[in-house]
Amino acid sequence: MPSLSGPLPDPAADAGWESAQPRKGFFTDTSVCIGCKACEVACKEWNGVPDDGFNLLGSSYDNTGALSASTWRHVAFIEQARTPASNTVSLGMPSTVKPGESMSPESATDFRWLMSSDVCKHCTHAGCLDVCPTGSLFRTEFGTVVVQDDICNGCGYCVPACPFGVIDRRIGEQGQRGVGIAQKCTLCYDRLGAGKTPACAQACPTESIQFGDLDELRERAAARVEALHAQGVSEARLYGESPDDGVGGSGAFFLLLDEPEVYGLPPDPVVPTRDLPELWRHAALAAAGMLAGAVAAFLGGRR
Amino acid sequence: MTQHDAQLRAEDRLDPMVQRQRGTVGRRRGRGGKRRRDEHQMVPDAVFTSYYGRPVVKASPWEADIPAYLFLGGLAAGSSLLGAGAGLTGRPVLRRAGRLSALGAISVSFAALVHDLGRPSRFVNMLRVAKPTSPMSVGTWILTAYGPLAGLAGAAELLVPAVDRLPGALRPPVRVLDRLASPAGIGAALVAPAVASYTAALLANTATPTWSAARKQLPFVFVGSASAASGGLGMLLAPVSEAGPARRLALGGALLELGAERAMEASMGVTAEPLHTGVGGNLMQASKALTSFGAAGSLLAGRSRLAAVVSGAALVAGSVCTRFGIFEAGQASARDPKYTVLPQRQRIERGETTGA
Repeated sequence: MPSLSGPLPDPAADAGWESAQPRKGFFTDTSVCIGCKACEVACKEWNGVPDDGFNLLGSSYDNTGALSASTWRHVAFIEQARTPASNTVSLGMPSTVKPGESMSPESATDFRWLMSSDVCKHCTHAGCLDVCPTGSLFRTEFGTVVVQDDICNGCGYCVPACPFGVIDRRIGEQGQRGVGIAQKCTLCYDRLGAGKTPACAQACPTESIQFGDLDELRERAAARVEALHAQGVSEARLYGESPDDGVGGSGAFFLLLDEPEVYGLPPDPVVPTRDLPELWRHAALAAAGMLAGAVAAFLGGRR
Repeated sequence: MTQHDAQLRAEDRLDPMVQRQRGTVGRRRGRGGKRRRDEHQMVPDAVFTSYYGRPVVKASPWEADIPAYLFLGGLAAGSSLLGAGAGLTGRPVLRRAGRLSALGAISVSFAALVHDLGRPSRFVNMLRVAKPTSPMSVGTWILTAYGPLAGLAGAAELLVPAVDRLPGALRPPVRVLDRLASPAGIGAALVAPAVASYTAALLANTATPTWSAARKQLPFVFVGSASAASGGLGMLLAPVSEAGPARRLALGGALLELGAERAMEASMGVTAEPLHTGVGGNLMQASKALTSFGAAGSLLAGRSRLAAVVSGAALVAGSVCTRFGIFEAGQASARDPKYTVLPQRQRIERGETTGA
């Protein structure tokens, strides 16, 4: 049986690949994201992903909402106002105060905009893959996790099994492409096979989305955090990079400038299957108890 | 200024845009999830952050088919046990009731499970693989073993009494069926407990906060609920003189369910909240009332046919409420980022993990 949790040097080999490629992934450096959404557009164009509704959500420039069956890259926008430190001097810069209103020293704010392009994490231990009852979800030779559209029967089990809320069943008119089955980022499996860069990373104008061998991306990310810390950006931290986390580390990891939940990411994601052996023991004990109870019900009474 | 006042002031100073992203958790008091705020007696609100209040994990796309199956699968399992036991101990009416209930319940279960799929025509793809890491795959194989056995035993109850009215060509196969019924029924009964308990693993092996946090006790809640429902149905359908085992199974099941559910809620922390609020909370309240009433009534059901019918029906209805209640509570817990973020943040603060 493949390993269920903890660090795993090569998930593709663990899944049975004899000719595994180096594990591929994304490093999304949100400190240089400008919120252009070129990644969202490129992903839809390349993968033929349909629209996800044309709604105004009232959440800054984010009118996409969340990752879903028809959104495989999602750019989050967070507007943060923070009380500035007392020793700062006003430079008379444009402010967020309405025209005509003056800014009292108490209401004076520093303002920052966080932008982050979210994507499937391609977990080392992927909850969606573990629970898929048809074998539609599989581990590729690149260590990524992909749905086989012609196998999935839309049971929907992968949807609640993902600790990041990424994968979803596509809603729409039956018979349309992908409707009724689970859909998510494939890390452009087709492009990888042809030696190309995934569409989102190719389209990113600031190299916020970096694609490559996971080992190399981790080195790059560590250097970037170090550089940011040296520049005084002490809140820079990596998310999903550590093989010791609850999913054994992510194939797609991030550099964030605030706590993960600010971006809609879980602070301590755990693959549900980590606790499955214990769960099976409890279920077996309960079943044995039911059988014993039924036997007792027939043996234990007068009538 | 108390610490709490200071915190409220601090919240006031936040920009509205930031406030909108923050949720607050108070202690819920009173019934039906109504929130009474008493600023001075209240423990300071636990503040958590979310992205515009949007869910972190996704709720399952499952609809009423799945909780209906949780109930019917459990009902079938317990009924198979009663049917087999009744066959071995010379209780013909209880045997017939058990085998037919199992056949009916598992047939509707199959229909519900196929109907729930996004692509029902591909349901056979479930048989491509056998994966111990997927409770749904394990369940598929459990049902593949259980269904035909329960089906044979149930079909025998339908066809054997009518054998003389059947056309001559059909009589030999029905006589074979008659001989197969007993071993098939016993086989079904041996697999049945797995049918009743694996569904707890199915729900608990997810990132849905309330299901996942219930994992230690949920299998016991589910087999208890299955025993209570099938015992209750046996009390409804079989005469008092034959229904002794059904009454005992029902009582034992109801007590197990109520006790395990209590222990479950006590161990769940904040993720127990959806079991008390909203649709899930109402269903769980109804479940506890009906199951307690049915359990008490089962003590009188040996003397009164009326008591047997009323308490049996209450136990069946209680099991329906348990399954729909736990299902709805889980769905609600996935839709509210509080139940995902808070327990994870608390794990980090307690030093159990460093997070991602």
